[in-house]
Amino acid sequence: MDMQIFLQQLVNGASLGSMYALIAIGYTMVYGVLRLINFAHGDIMMVGAYFTFFAKAAGLPFEVAVLIGIIGAAVVGILTDKIAYKPLRDAPKISLLITAIGISFFLENLFTVLFGSTPKAFSAPDYLTKIFHIHGIYLPISVIIIPTVTLIILAVVLWILYKTKYGMAIRALAFDIQTVKLMGIDADRIIMIVFAIGSALAAIGGIFYAISYPSIDPLMGIIVGLKAFAAAVLGGIGSVGGAVVGGFILGFTEIFVVAMFPELGGYKDAFAFFFLILVLLFKPTGIMGQDLERGRF
Amino acid sequence: MNKFLRNIILIAITIYFIYYAQNHFDSYTLSILDNIGIFAILALSYNLINGIAGQFSLEPNGFVAIGAYFTAILLIPTDTKLDMFALVDPAPIILQMKAHFLPAILIGGVAASFVALLLSFPVFRVRGDYLAIVTLGFGFIIRIFAINNPAYTNGAMGLNDIPEEANFLWIGIICIVTFLVMIHVIYSKFGRAMKSVRDDEDAASAMGINTFKMKTYAFMTSAFFEGIGGGLLASMLTTITPDQFSFLLTFQLLIIIVLGGLGSMSGALIATILVMGGMEWLRFLDDDITIFGMDLGAHPGMRMVVFAILLIVMMLFARRGLLGDRELTEFFKKKSK
Repeated sequence: MDMQIFLQQLVNGASLGSMYALIAIGYTMVYGVLRLINFAHGDIMMVGAYFTFFAKAAGLPFEVAVLIGIIGAAVVGILTDKIAYKPLRDAPKISLLITAIGISFFLENLFTVLFGSTPKAFSAPDYLTKIFHIHGIYLPISVIIIPTVTLIILAVVLWILYKTKYGMAIRALAFDIQTVKLMGIDADRIIMIVFAIGSALAAIGGIFYAISYPSIDPLMGIIVGLKAFAAAVLGGIGSVGGAVVGGFILGFTEIFVVAMFPELGGYKDAFAFFFLILVLLFKPTGIMGQDLERGRF
Repeated sequence: MNKFLRNIILIAITIYFIYYAQNHFDSYTLSILDNIGIFAILALSYNLINGIAGQFSLEPNGFVAIGAYFTAILLIPTDTKLDMFALVDPAPIILQMKAHFLPAILIGGVAASFVALLLSFPVFRVRGDYLAIVTLGFGFIIRIFAINNPAYTNGAMGLNDIPEEANFLWIGIICIVTFLVMIHVIYSKFGRAMKSVRDDEDAASAMGINTFKMKTYAFMTSAFFEGIGGGLLASMLTTITPDQFSFLLTFQLLIIIVLGGLGSMSGALIATILVMGGMEWLRFLDDDITIFGMDLGAHPGMRMVVFAILLIVMMLFARRGLLGDRELTEFFKKKSK
């Protein structure tokens, strides 16, 4: 593989990895506080992309549409928690998982019923799709913007977690929810904030996805969501930094394996699960995770 | 009355009903009954791993696919296979594989069971949510393999012209066998061990139960009958494609066993009839809907929205399902102290 192709794949991998990373952060944060795999998370990403699409179709400028998508997804995320997860806080884990699957299925089918199952073309403004041509490498500007924005967001999330009072509360919740309640912290409000942050990031991931593969459909969140979850486990579930590392590893692997062994292209979607099984076999805590029974970010 | 005699009579009556239905009912009713029978087999076996052993797994679509593909390949005549494989020539082993109906579905079941054995090593190292996501991933991988190995599975086009050997007689009798085996397992020492793993894995382990072994037994038994159910499904539908074995199948089974009450076999049977009958009845939701003269148009997928809401509401308000984890007969027993 010569240098040009290598660099080309490197930027593609970074861009794909960013998307997984953004979605994985949401999984890892919700898992940290509730010990729940939020099956509906991938569909929240789809919801964000759809809100953006319709806001844009309504004639709003792209930037405003993105904002609406992010806020819309955050609202849906909070509603999901309030309706389906909050009444089950004290119930067995399986009940929570089943409602999460129910919500996921509900969102997918509701959007299919409302907007049809055919993919919709998603057009980003010109300044995002412009293509640079440097030394034989084709660079759509989006592949530069996506990883940059991801790293900025990571910095912001880490700042919130480690430098603000809310962040401290979130980290405390991950350790011991009962004690935190006894200390006079409104646990439900903190969980709401976690869902809002996670869903907003998922929406950003969804919008990046829509820009890179310029189309959206109601089922787009399933596979991406599962892969992002695999990335979160790979990095060490509960660790935000780990989610980002896992996301990038998965992104690079998918791009490079397909570039080097084109005959494996059809199995692209299966890599994430091979990773998942390997991680669970040899290092169940993931790359950056510690003891699974203890909370940490 | 002697319990054993009573059970024999009940089974005889059921078999007579199945025999009568097979010969006298019209084909539409029979196709619904076929569907109910197959889903009952799947739900009963899925209930063993989820409800009795308490391992929340989401893999039945994978095992059903394995059973369906094995049965289909074993049943389709060699000439038909040569015609059907359009993308690439079938692998030699595919052409050699050939069996009668009963061996074919049994081989499908054994194959699924064997995959379950292999899978149990990575899967049962983890508990709870991880188990769910790994098994869910497994279902996806099976589908991806089916699509990407056209020499064995004819790729995304799937297999058709599968001889239609499964009729309600077969399905009904296998359903009864499944039910009896499951009941037998539940009330055996294995069933009690599985329940103890469900209720408190650490305590069970401390009492000397090999929890990994128990989970694997439950997983393999469950996979065996799911494979057989898949084989029956393939032979009933006469055509299979990888997309039939998507997560939707698992989702339907999950609704059934949750509605019936996780861990209750008779609950699973009743819920299968309710859900599959309900699916048939709610078909109008997918057609044109007219309310007060307003034509709302056709909304394919509406049924699934209703079922998703049903699942959520059930989990929120009636978490224990119809029968809880008890069997129907336990409701009639006098409480003894």
